[in-house]
Amino acid sequence: MDVQTLTFIIVGATFALYIAIAIWARAGSTNDFYVAGGGVPPVMNGMATAADWMSAASFISMAGLISFMGYDGAVYLMGWTGGYVLLALCLAPYLRKFGKFTVPDFIGDRYYSQTARTVAVFCAIFVCFTYVAGQMRGVGVVFSRFLEVDIVTGVVIGMVIVFFYTVLGGMKGITYTQVAQFCVMIFAYIVPAVFISIMVTGHILPQTGFGATLSDGSGIHMLQKLDNLSVELGFNEYTSGTKSTIDVFFITFALMVGTAGLPHVIVRFFTVPKVHDARKSAGYALAFIAILYTTAPSLAAFARVNMIETINGPEMTGTSYAEAPSWIKNWEQTGLIAFEDKNGDGKMFYSGDERNEMKVDRDIMVLANPEIANLPAWVIALVAAGGVAAALSTSAGLLLVISTSVSHDLLKRNFMPNITDKAELMYARLAAGVAIVIAGYFGINPPGFVAQVVAFAFGLAASSFFPVIIMGIFSKRMNDKGAIAGMISGIAFTAAYIIYFKFVNPAANTPDNWWFGISPEGIGTLGMMVNFIVAFLVFKATDEAPEEIQELVESIRYPKGAGEASAH
Amino acid sequence: MAFRNEEDKKAYWSENLSLLAKLLVVWFIVSFGAGILFVDILNEIQFFGFKLGFWFAQQGSIYVFVALIFVYMAKMSAMDKRYGVDEE
Repeated sequence: MDVQTLTFIIVGATFALYIAIAIWARAGSTNDFYVAGGGVPPVMNGMATAADWMSAASFISMAGLISFMGYDGAVYLMGWTGGYVLLALCLAPYLRKFGKFTVPDFIGDRYYSQTARTVAVFCAIFVCFTYVAGQMRGVGVVFSRFLEVDIVTGVVIGMVIVFFYTVLGGMKGITYTQVAQFCVMIFAYIVPAVFISIMVTGHILPQTGFGATLSDGSGIHMLQKLDNLSVELGFNEYTSGTKSTIDVFFITFALMVGTAGLPHVIVRFFTVPKVHDARKSAGYALAFIAILYTTAPSLAAFARVNMIETINGPEMTGTSYAEAPSWIKNWEQTGLIAFEDKNGDGKMFYSGDERNEMKVDRDIMVLANPEIANLPAWVIALVAAGGVAAALSTSAGLLLVISTSVSHDLLKRNFMPNITDKAELMYARLAAGVAIVIAGYFGINPPGFVAQVVAFAFGLAASSFFPVIIMGIFSKRMNDKGAIAGMISGIAFTAAYIIYFKFVNPAANTPDNWWFGISPEGIGTLGMMVNFIVAFLVFKATDEAPEEIQELVESIRYPKGAGEASAH
Repeated sequence: MAFRNEEDKKAYWSENLSLLAKLLVVWFIVSFGAGILFVDILNEIQFFGFKLGFWFAQQGSIYVFVALIFVYMAKMSAMDKRYGVDEE
């Protein structure tokens, strides 16, 4: 059977599975819709959280990024997993004890302020939309390459599927579907990595094969060879980076606190029955995430060696374009690989200097990897299904946050306080529907600056949500004015720095012009400090939080009596 | 609140904070310390075919992160029992 038929069968089978689960687990109340009735077992919640967390960016793009960045790619690996530690230790148990549905709910109640709640709602919606547009785009890329439909059709198919189970199942449907998606995704990621690791080094585990000696009998370590190749071809040594230490530090930190503030992941901890379970499911979730995150860097290194050797040939003199392998031709059609015969010898050559004749988009590394390594057709089909699973699971989680923010935080808390449970559920479904259409539109017509906007979203989450939530838990006396001033100054500072370097004056975006050598990707860390400092100063100049708020903070610090997450 | 008395309650919270502080110190050392600030020094050491600093940045820190959360979970559960505030 050819790759395309197999892909149809495997992707089709996974879709049928997701829909069956959605029908089985459809939501009956707002409680089901928002937090799955608060009764999901920790292991399952761990898997669902992991699927929610690992987006199309983690599955499709991350290993590719690392492959091109070498050591510097560690900012994503450590940033995204280390942020999870902050979330699990400093936020999750307390927010679970607090027991409301959303992050804006916490901020609004803790700081007894409608303004704070509204600012938080808009931040949450902005962050989620940025993400979800990227996910839809991921679905589109996978479909257009493997099913050979155009990107628009691909996005529409993805929208219909997500719409179906988000609107029908709410959090309950999403959670159980995500468990299935996690299994598909992780299997699809591990299988090619194991294959390639065995081929290159003879190790079954990619995590150890990564550092092992090559199986060609030369006795050279894989990483050593990659370092030598990189230097020879005019790239930086793979195991040392090009970014300055301070920049790596700040970017990693911004990604960590930014991820810890992501609303669609925080809400996960409201779906387990008890505080103890919130701690436990955080542990499982990171363990599941770690499977993919420790495989990614080895996949990145293997893929790079394979790609360089396939294009440049074993002698590093280039290979004939006329006899190029089929993956190069296939990806050329999507525009993600391009060859320009500069020296007119009819041979392809890839390097980091003026000899280079290839343009290779980093997003294709994971998807093209099985083809580059000549793996069986079913592995290629499996990777396509995994990419779709990653994109769908994250989109669904994000869409749910958007719909909850609209129906619960905006409508119920601001405009229609007397709305019935049933009507609220209807509005939640309606909001999810509208959100999917908007996200789909951005997936088909992505703004030209998706990557910049993503950096923006992390910076915003780092400089707004994170400090305010931390202070809300660990300081009893922090007041509304301090929190609002902190959020606004943190966001304003971060946004101004990013907008200046990314949009107003992109030509100046070089290390010489950055403050203290910090790139716009890392500035959220500084924004976070600004937030803390401003909040503290304003707090010192105003009255401390009222007695009943201090009692509320007191109560979330102890686990006893953590009931179900509930409306008010 | 089912604490036996006010002192217990205060002690519970300060024990919680000191546990957090210890775990976050480890969190900082493996990632920002070994993976970023001291990466060049550690790269002089070979570790199962990896340069040690590089290994911490791309593998080791993640394993430690997972362990940290499970240690936190176990310690907190034990603490809840000791203070009689566990949920069972």
